[in-house]
Amino acid sequence: MALTLFFLFALIAVAGAVNLLIQRHPIYSALSLVTVMGALAVEYLLLGAEFIAFIQIIVYAGAIMVLFVFVIMVLNAGEVAGEPRSRIAAFLGLPVLTLLGILLVSRTAAPFAATRLGTGDYLVQTAAVGDGLFHAYLLPFEVTSVLFLVGVLGAVVLAARREEPKRQAKAAGAK
Amino acid sequence: MPAGGLRRCGRYEMTTLAFFLLSLVKCLVVLFILLTAVAYIQLAERKIVGRMQARVGPTRVGPFGLLQPAADAVKFILKEDLIPDTAHKFLYVLAPMLAVVLALLSITVIPIGGDITLFGVHTALQITDLNVGLLLILGVTSLGVYGVVLGGWASNSKYSLLGSLRGGSQMISYELSLGLSLIGPIMLAGTLSLRGIVEAQRHLHWFILPQIVAFFIYITAAFAETNRVPFDLPDAEGELGAGYHTEYSAMKFAMFFLAEYVNMITVSCVATLVFFGGWSGPLFGPALLVAIEPILYFLAKVFFFLFLYIWVRGTLPRFRYDQLMGFGWKVLVPLALANVMVTALVVAWR
Repeated sequence: MALTLFFLFALIAVAGAVNLLIQRHPIYSALSLVTVMGALAVEYLLLGAEFIAFIQIIVYAGAIMVLFVFVIMVLNAGEVAGEPRSRIAAFLGLPVLTLLGILLVSRTAAPFAATRLGTGDYLVQTAAVGDGLFHAYLLPFEVTSVLFLVGVLGAVVLAARREEPKRQAKAAGAK
Repeated sequence: MPAGGLRRCGRYEMTTLAFFLLSLVKCLVVLFILLTAVAYIQLAERKIVGRMQARVGPTRVGPFGLLQPAADAVKFILKEDLIPDTAHKFLYVLAPMLAVVLALLSITVIPIGGDITLFGVHTALQITDLNVGLLLILGVTSLGVYGVVLGGWASNSKYSLLGSLRGGSQMISYELSLGLSLIGPIMLAGTLSLRGIVEAQRHLHWFILPQIVAFFIYITAAFAETNRVPFDLPDAEGELGAGYHTEYSAMKFAMFFLAEYVNMITVSCVATLVFFGGWSGPLFGPALLVAIEPILYFLAKVFFFLFLYIWVRGTLPRFRYDQLMGFGWKVLVPLALANVMVTALVVAWR
């Protein structure tokens, strides 16, 4: 039952990702990505990671993708004309994809077969996640948070710099 | 409970079929109660706001206007369902459905009482008791933005787009303080399960006492999340027509309407469960009364918050947009963060 659901939602995730590429209108692409995020959350849930599953929904589907949709709306972005097809991609795309697929499966299938996928058998308690984050992986966790902070600061600096000449001009005009 | 321990899903042992049937029955019962409640809260709102404005509200349909909701429902069903020519059809139809489904989803984790035994079946008064129930509610709330944003955008009209931009940015901004305000009680209770939070308050005291700051942040942010007065800028009728649902008519409009009221009920339930001890209260009298009292306490508390919604609507004026954003980001978020810090220090100290 759980395994069937697992593969069903894996299929939905892949279909959403393909649809993301096919759609011409950015808003439909963004919504396909939301579907992918939702399907991934269900996969986490089926693997017993309920905390991660809901955080996935809250952070990716509920915050990040909302901002994407918002920006698309504000810019009122319309349909995008198809990119000119690359001749190299047309000839080499399928063979290289097949090759990569074979490589991926042959490399990862053995370890997967060794570890039994425990779908629907157990749940990881939220307390255990916190325990891991703040004891075993405290340093990586804190370093990652600093990395995010740097990213935010960078974005603020970039945004502020672009607006500065305008503000100075406005101030000069006011004088 | 050992950290990192494994456990079987479900609170009680039963066969899959029995579990499925029981859940189905519970869903139907909850849906029926919920839709009836929405209809009559809406009637109550019209009556109470009417009285506050020296009017009488609806009185014509049935005794005291009690059949008014039925008349409204018939009207919604019979009205012509318009879809503007320039609208993005798929998203235009999808948006109200999304709003309603997401609103109904969060009710599944709300417990309205302790365990009961009915016709030999022992069950909890709740559709499902998730370990991370509160996270589900926050997740569904964060997805609720899509209904508003897509509805306004797909209508392809200036009023709708402006309404949905306002609504979207308001909901994103206040969602943050909403989530942060709940962290204090979560830390005190040590669990994310709504049932667990209520149990924790039964042993201690209601979390409104130590978390009064968090409560006011929660109730303010929740009013903004549900787009109600004084934060009803997305559908400020003087400026934007009806905001993001300007172009919607008949059942599609009714779905947005339904979503708004179901969200109000969810917010009131969460406030009751997290800050006011849920169904706890003094038990007295014969056995039958003792069995019903918890549910009555819960309903009374929820109705108090619903009345608060209506009361505020009849009393307060609307915020200006810059005031709304300034208040959300410069007052509520820092205050909520400070509350989290202080609570964390106190919990660590104990």
